[in-house]
Amino acid sequence: MKKKLMSVVVAASIAAMSIGAVPAMADTVKIGVYEPASGDNGAGGKQETLGMQYANSIAPKVEIGGTEYDVELDIVDNESSNDKGPSAASKLVGDGVSVVLGSYGSGVSIAASDIFKEGGVPAIGVTCTNPQVTQGNTHYFRICFLDPFQGSVLANFASENFGAKKAYCLAKLGDDYSQGLVFYFTKAFEALGGEVVKADFPEGNSDFTSYITEAKNAGCDVFFTPTSTEAAANTIEQAAAQGLEIPLLAGDTWDSNVILNAAKGKNVKIYVTTFYQEGGNADFDTGMKEFINSDATNVANNGGDDTIAAVSAMGYDAYFTALEALKAAGTTDPAAVNEALWNVTYDGVSGHIEFDSENGDAIRSSAFVKVVNTETGAWDFVSEQTVSE
Amino acid sequence: MDWLSKNLPYLMAGISVGGQYALIAIGYTMVYGILRLINFAHGDIFMCAGLIMVYSVTVMPMYLAIPFVLVTTVLIGFLVERVAYKPLRSAPRMSVMISAIGVSYLLQNLALYITGGLAQQYPTIPWISDVITVFGVTTKRVTVITPFLVILLVVSLVFLIQKTKIGMAMRAASKDFETSQLMGIKINSVISFTFIIGSFLAAVGSLLFFSNYTGVTPTVGAMPGLKAFVAAVFGGIGSIPGAVIGAFIIGISENIIKGLGWTTFSDAFTFALLIVVLICKPTGLFGEAATDKV
Amino acid sequence: MSKKTEVIINVALIGALFLVLFLLEQNLPSTHMLFTVLKKGAIYALVAVSMNLLNGFTGLFSLGQAGFMLVGAYTYGVLTIPVADRANVYMYFDGGLIQFALHPIIAIILAGALAALFAYLIGLPVLRLKSDYLAIATLGFAEIIRAIFQWDQLGPITNGSNLLRNYPSYKSVLFYFAASGVCIALIVMLINSTYGRAFKAIRDDEVAAEAMGINLAHHKRIAFVVSSFFAGVSGALLAMYQTSVQAAMFKSAMTYEILLIVVIGGIGSVTGSCISSFLFIILSEWLLRFLDTETYIGDFHVPLLRSGFRKVVFAVIIMIIVLFFRQGIMGTREFSVRSIYNKITGKSRKKEEGGAAS
Repeated sequence: MKKKLMSVVVAASIAAMSIGAVPAMADTVKIGVYEPASGDNGAGGKQETLGMQYANSIAPKVEIGGTEYDVELDIVDNESSNDKGPSAASKLVGDGVSVVLGSYGSGVSIAASDIFKEGGVPAIGVTCTNPQVTQGNTHYFRICFLDPFQGSVLANFASENFGAKKAYCLAKLGDDYSQGLVFYFTKAFEALGGEVVKADFPEGNSDFTSYITEAKNAGCDVFFTPTSTEAAANTIEQAAAQGLEIPLLAGDTWDSNVILNAAKGKNVKIYVTTFYQEGGNADFDTGMKEFINSDATNVANNGGDDTIAAVSAMGYDAYFTALEALKAAGTTDPAAVNEALWNVTYDGVSGHIEFDSENGDAIRSSAFVKVVNTETGAWDFVSEQTVSE
Repeated sequence: MDWLSKNLPYLMAGISVGGQYALIAIGYTMVYGILRLINFAHGDIFMCAGLIMVYSVTVMPMYLAIPFVLVTTVLIGFLVERVAYKPLRSAPRMSVMISAIGVSYLLQNLALYITGGLAQQYPTIPWISDVITVFGVTTKRVTVITPFLVILLVVSLVFLIQKTKIGMAMRAASKDFETSQLMGIKINSVISFTFIIGSFLAAVGSLLFFSNYTGVTPTVGAMPGLKAFVAAVFGGIGSIPGAVIGAFIIGISENIIKGLGWTTFSDAFTFALLIVVLICKPTGLFGEAATDKV
Repeated sequence: MSKKTEVIINVALIGALFLVLFLLEQNLPSTHMLFTVLKKGAIYALVAVSMNLLNGFTGLFSLGQAGFMLVGAYTYGVLTIPVADRANVYMYFDGGLIQFALHPIIAIILAGALAALFAYLIGLPVLRLKSDYLAIATLGFAEIIRAIFQWDQLGPITNGSNLLRNYPSYKSVLFYFAASGVCIALIVMLINSTYGRAFKAIRDDEVAAEAMGINLAHHKRIAFVVSSFFAGVSGALLAMYQTSVQAAMFKSAMTYEILLIVVIGGIGSVTGSCISSFLFIILSEWLLRFLDTETYIGDFHVPLLRSGFRKVVFAVIIMIIVLFFRQGIMGTREFSVRSIYNKITGKSRKKEEGGAAS
């Protein structure tokens, strides 16, 4: 009986759909932005989007096949959630985007992958570092390095710079990002002859004191905790309060002003690997800062100040990579853009971008290591780390 | 001494967290005692207190911000009761509980909208945030103060309930809702007063909690809220000393579990404890035998 | 209207619905938003009805739905990933322990069965608890289930904290409607059986029901296990819908969302739950999305609109429904051909109400 109602809903939806679907204007090309603006990764997603918006503000037009197009960013919120992601992705495909950028967070990217595939739309992962995002498909590309790379960079760094023999690894339960990094870190660190103590913390945990105590008691030399920024702020605060003397190591998510604010004026040592070093490109830095400061919403989305997050730089590069692909394709047809992407190269603020021919992953052999300067509350450059496979 | 300095941090963290749970748990247990309602929004009121502090220190000095936080949190608690629970006084219990879940959903989404989802850094409150050393263990002063402050607050609360007129009215209302109304007790003001005390304690709890764990996010209240509720059930719901002791037990055992290396199950343990208590001794440690009216 | 005409009309309507869906699928691109929300709507309709069976029809206030969906989703994923892909998916666990793959349909049924088994075991202790205690205990169990599935030591089976993916999934919206429709029909049959009447008796007055000779423990257990079975099935469908599954998303927030759908539809109305599922999903994931985007009408900056506003608006709507429209869309009534017929022909509603409510 209830089926009848569904048909009413269907009819209503079709009516809504015919009103809602406005055909794309002839001289506009749409780039989909599939990023979280809420949920666990909302903060990072917003910073990544900011980079794209800035890029869009300085390059709002692109010439494709002899015609000049306005570039429009079509931004949807995937809520950091695998079950909300597919509908956000459908909206992008339905809007007729030529290429999609995103997402921050690998899980949601994988959840939307099939929708993009079916819709024939290529996607460029910006900072999703899980190998599985691009593995075995031809439509998902990525401009950042991968977890195995980042994990071994950090393991090598810990071993070389601190002579670490024992590492404490703390990952969030149920989070593929931190668990994956810890996995690769452990693998590389043990290969270097080190020993690892691993612990998990559950969702919604604010109390890290026991983990810090455990790391102290176990006599570890480094504390590896590649978690989300929320957990990071608490970890740093409590590590400082408990006088943890060993350095904290983390991955790219920690390259955020949340970390700087938490660490400022405290007695902690924090090292992160990241994609971009502020000061690496002066023009980009000034432009991006101006863009952030030009609008109160932008400042809020960036976490209240104008420190440039690495993910913003990556978002910026992703946008231009997409433009390159559009130019190379000579058309806004997503299938042609997909083909063109394989051969796109672009020298961005985060370095040279080029995709390998197997999975469409960026060919990157180095990562920046930065340390928090707790006096000024800014990042200091440490080294550019490479790993020989 | 070595053993002590290795294991004391777990105990201290446990006592401190337990104290903060206790302040939240009192709010649960008092509301449940009178309204038979699990106030799911209580953890979110705690979160709101944290956010108000974050924003108020940007416009006023700390010595004004603290009373401001206490007053506004109390106001929020009061309003939530008036708007979301009072209209449902005669409705089935399930409706009120759903309303509580709705309020929790609303507060979290509002906080998300206002903060944009980024973890907000809680301001440093002078003196209590200082780092000190106790028996060779480095920690914040707040960790040491918490249990004493909690005991002080609880003693004065018990005094209030045992010795004052409003306290008597509260006890009467929790014994028998209808009869106390017939006896001329203004039930609505008693309930409002209960929410005011609960929110006040949650605000004090938030000052202590966030001084220790400084990240404030829209969902930060959910877990402490649930655990505080578990503590209230553990100690026997409706009993204030029970809730406090339950909270300390849960805080300490949670940290011992972490210290033993079973970190994956530190939360699961809390819930397992809840279920065991519910099944073996549904009235909790200090609860009175339920007088179920048929 | 005779029983026979009613059946014929219903069959015709269902047939028409599927025909419309089929035609839509032929004419619109398969990634169209309409299909995405319809698929999810169908899945949520099933889980909402299964929750309603407990909360609305049996009066057991359970908040464990997300946990049982998790069991279902994982069972489905674990059992159907093609052997060739396992090395990739279980990349941290050397390809995992399980080295076979089942047919999706069998896996869906097993997903339900395993969720039901979990429910049976959990039900042994917790079903003795009353109202809010039951709610909090089931909520706790859902959290425990999540912790267990994320446990590293079980990684060779569950893949730990990492996602499961690459399992087969049906793309057509027809499949989701058919699967969810069959399950809901089964639940409706249960509700209309002697068991269903016993459930309602328990809901209305436990003591009286017991006095009438209804075995409380037995009936509560049946309601709990059956509800969890279908929650497990919907979990499997959800896994299929989102093509990857991770335990982290099955939080209590998910249960609350389903509960709110049930409340909006009307506690104790199957069709209400279905209608509100579709409404909820279509509004929240499609039509209200514009609330999240900053908008300019001419030069006028529309105030308030920015990311997160959609959820605030939604939460306010929910509070309004909870406070002022406590009956939800349908109350305990059901939407049926008969009720429409009666309305049109002006037959007394009261007389029919008893029959239509079941």
